[in-house]
Amino acid sequence: MPADSHNPAARDTVKANEAETPSSKLVRFPAEEPLELDSGIRLGPWQIAYETYGTLNADRSNAILICHALTGDQYVASTNPVTGKPGWWHLMVGPGRPIDTDHYFVICANVLGGCLGTTGPATLNAETGAPYGLDLPVVTIRDMVRAQARLVDHLGVDTLFAVIGGSMGGMQVLQWAASYPERVFAAIPIAAAARHTSQNIAFHEVGRQAIMADPNWRGGSYIVGGVRPTKGLAIARMAAHVTYMSDESLHQKFGRNLQDRENLTFGFDADFQIESYLRHQGMTFVDRFDANSYLYVTRAMDYFDLAQEFGGTLPNAFANTKTRFCVMSFTSDWLFPTSESRSVVKALNAAAANVSFVEIESDRGHDSFLLDVPEMFETIQGFMIGAAHARGIPAPGEAR
Amino acid sequence: MNLAPRQTRPGEVRGDHKVVASLVPYGARVLDIGSEDGALLDHLVHERQVDGRGVELSQAGVNRCVARGLSVIQGDADKDLSDYPDDAFDVVILSQTLQATREPKKVMRELLRIGKQVVVSIPNFAHWRNRMQLLFRGRMPVTKYLPYEWYDTPNIHFCSLRDFVELCHALDADVEKAIALSATGNKIPVNAPWWVWNIVAEQAVFLLKR
Repeated sequence: MPADSHNPAARDTVKANEAETPSSKLVRFPAEEPLELDSGIRLGPWQIAYETYGTLNADRSNAILICHALTGDQYVASTNPVTGKPGWWHLMVGPGRPIDTDHYFVICANVLGGCLGTTGPATLNAETGAPYGLDLPVVTIRDMVRAQARLVDHLGVDTLFAVIGGSMGGMQVLQWAASYPERVFAAIPIAAAARHTSQNIAFHEVGRQAIMADPNWRGGSYIVGGVRPTKGLAIARMAAHVTYMSDESLHQKFGRNLQDRENLTFGFDADFQIESYLRHQGMTFVDRFDANSYLYVTRAMDYFDLAQEFGGTLPNAFANTKTRFCVMSFTSDWLFPTSESRSVVKALNAAAANVSFVEIESDRGHDSFLLDVPEMFETIQGFMIGAAHARGIPAPGEAR
Repeated sequence: MNLAPRQTRPGEVRGDHKVVASLVPYGARVLDIGSEDGALLDHLVHERQVDGRGVELSQAGVNRCVARGLSVIQGDADKDLSDYPDDAFDVVILSQTLQATREPKKVMRELLRIGKQVVVSIPNFAHWRNRMQLLFRGRMPVTKYLPYEWYDTPNIHFCSLRDFVELCHALDADVEKAIALSATGNKIPVNAPWWVWNIVAEQAVFLLKR
């Protein structure tokens, strides 16, 4: 494995602090203002951690909500306090970027069930004073969106100019459009789907079983025991990471190249570069993510089936919607393939909704939405300008 | 997929687009099938303030349309029109595309179902130049306006203007307006009976109603 300069113990402390008192902005809702969950449970007190970029204009019409993916966070365009790395979507969001923070007011919140400040399994349970662990109710994508809506209320924003996200973030975008159609002017679900497929659930189950098979997991109460199921979580990440790439990109990046050696060792070390790469991915992931959070957030994705909420008919989710949609997929994404986006487009057409659909040529798999893919940036830029005109607000570069 | 050759400079509006636009009411809800690079839809959005959507077969065309701020999806006139509900649009436009569809009659039926009004523009295969080529050279016509050889043409269902009018009758559609155009898309400014237009017009635009 590559040598790492990080100090795991120090990172653990930072991470534990970030779960309770994040470096980002935070709203705490008291027990009297609980969050009603799909499970029927009222969660309270609860908190939501978020970042904002740019300035809200006078008539509050330039707010954009970014929804993050499975292991993302609120630091969409600023340095992550745990890893010290730039924001996960700094190519997309920032001054002069396609989502221009000189022009728009951008909000991004850590999801419910996450581990960077919003209530999740690592948060202290007010009743016991100990971290929730598995005592936290199972949450859904709709619960995450409900929590975000409460935050948006708190920020005094009525209608969001746009809700944008990739993968699980795209699921939240679709849920927003279905739950609060009058509050979403434009929606951009990227590399997403209106439901988690059987194959998607299968991969998540492999990850969860890896975590739960780690003896340090201890039925979810590892924090109290002062240990962490790092092996299990790393394996979960390794398996998942493969699904984010494509055969083509793996082949181009690693081929059958050997790692720091001339010949096969006839052993089980990381002979191949791809093995070394995956081990590294697993190892660095455990430094920034909580194992129980991984269980909760993957579960939320598995439970997602937007049509089910609307009598099994997806077009009903978008009946009479005025939202402008821009659905986007990538050719080499086999985890959230184009066919899933196409089903969403079909449903939107059946609802006579205003929809654009772009499939972007990329050989980099599901992760394409996070990478430097110029055609994606151009599409979003163009769509946002069209939407700004329709909304009657100036687009970036135009006089205010 | 617009099969007429482009004869305009950037920024200039094509003649047939102007004619099509003249048939679209201001502020209408419009579906443009065969959006190509979005030139017509863009013109409609800016000049007629329509609530415009597009369907385009080529993904490259779709991406160009969306990047210029138009609402366009990748789709196929033969397959994807069944997704739309009845009367979903005030006007549905099929510009220079009908001759490239597999089942023109079925496509026409769908257009009349989803649009309260339908605008169709088609090339006229019975134009005199085509007739001459067939009559004197004994060859399938190849003209500046229809530049393909028979073996590589995407145009698989050609018709004359009279043929098209017959199809409209068969579908119980009323032809509200018909405008004959030259190859460059300019109106032919004479009132003439159908059989004359069927010889001198290189293309025509029809406004239909169920």
